[in-house]
Amino acid sequence: MKVLLGTGGREDGFDALVRTLERTQEAGDDLTVAVLETSSDADVESVASDVRERIAASGIDAEVRVLDGHPGSQLVEFAESEEFDRIVLGGGQRSPLGKIDLGEVAEFVLLNADVSVTLIR
Amino acid sequence: MTDRTYPDDTVGSFPPPPAVFTDGDGREIRIRESGRDDLDALVAMYEDFDPADRAQGIPPIDPDAIREWLDTIVSPDAVTVVTEHDGRPVGHAILVPDSGEGYELAIFILDEYQGAGIGTRLLEHLLGQGQAAGVDKVWLTVERWNEAAIALYRKIGFETSGSESFELEMSIRI
Repeated sequence: MKVLLGTGGREDGFDALVRTLERTQEAGDDLTVAVLETSSDADVESVASDVRERIAASGIDAEVRVLDGHPGSQLVEFAESEEFDRIVLGGGQRSPLGKIDLGEVAEFVLLNADVSVTLIR
Repeated sequence: MTDRTYPDDTVGSFPPPPAVFTDGDGREIRIRESGRDDLDALVAMYEDFDPADRAQGIPPIDPDAIREWLDTIVSPDAVTVVTEHDGRPVGHAILVPDSGEGYELAIFILDEYQGAGIGTRLLEHLLGQGQAAGVDKVWLTVERWNEAAIALYRKIGFETSGSESFELEMSIRI
């Protein structure tokens, strides 16, 4: 299966990367990681280099792409044009009280993607 | 989050606990400040919580997860108030400090005690306890379809502060 993981600089995105790399190995998926320009303070290029490092450590051959611009729409458009089977995203941040906050990228992708979307908890 | 907005004006003063009142179903309800001594009783209350009333993943369902969650949020910096009937908790409300100057609010009431005016009293006394503790800014998130909860928060004085995500964010200055 062709899997596209989208991540910004947030912790839940990085957790999703770690879990998806495990899953990729088990399932023999073809993984691409899109680094998104999200509203988090993290710099896109430094996120991309962290992502490349983590992928290299896993021994999996996955492509990393930096997508500029509006993160949700860029991810959905990329998934469609490159014919991915599934989009994977982090499952949201936790508020001080422990509530899950999905964030604008997840909301946009869930509502606009025409492929299945998996949120990692 | 640092970009959270609050109303310019403060809402008047709220009563601090303790208090006793008769609810809409004629039950005698006590409201008092709670804390870490109440963890066991609160875990038992949350084990009885209707899963349909959960919001954004809380409260957890598994008893161990409930205890871990309460252990984290019922900290010395939090403001917590409980309502009791016949000596056991039937409602719990809490203010938990965020990473800035604000406090996040949540309120939980057991199913058979909803719709009897307990939520209003519990919220008023939680905010009263918050004022006594020096809390100034309070915010919450609520599902957009939860009209009863949104109406209650508005009645207390909360205003919508964010509507661009799945949940509605509301805030108040006390």
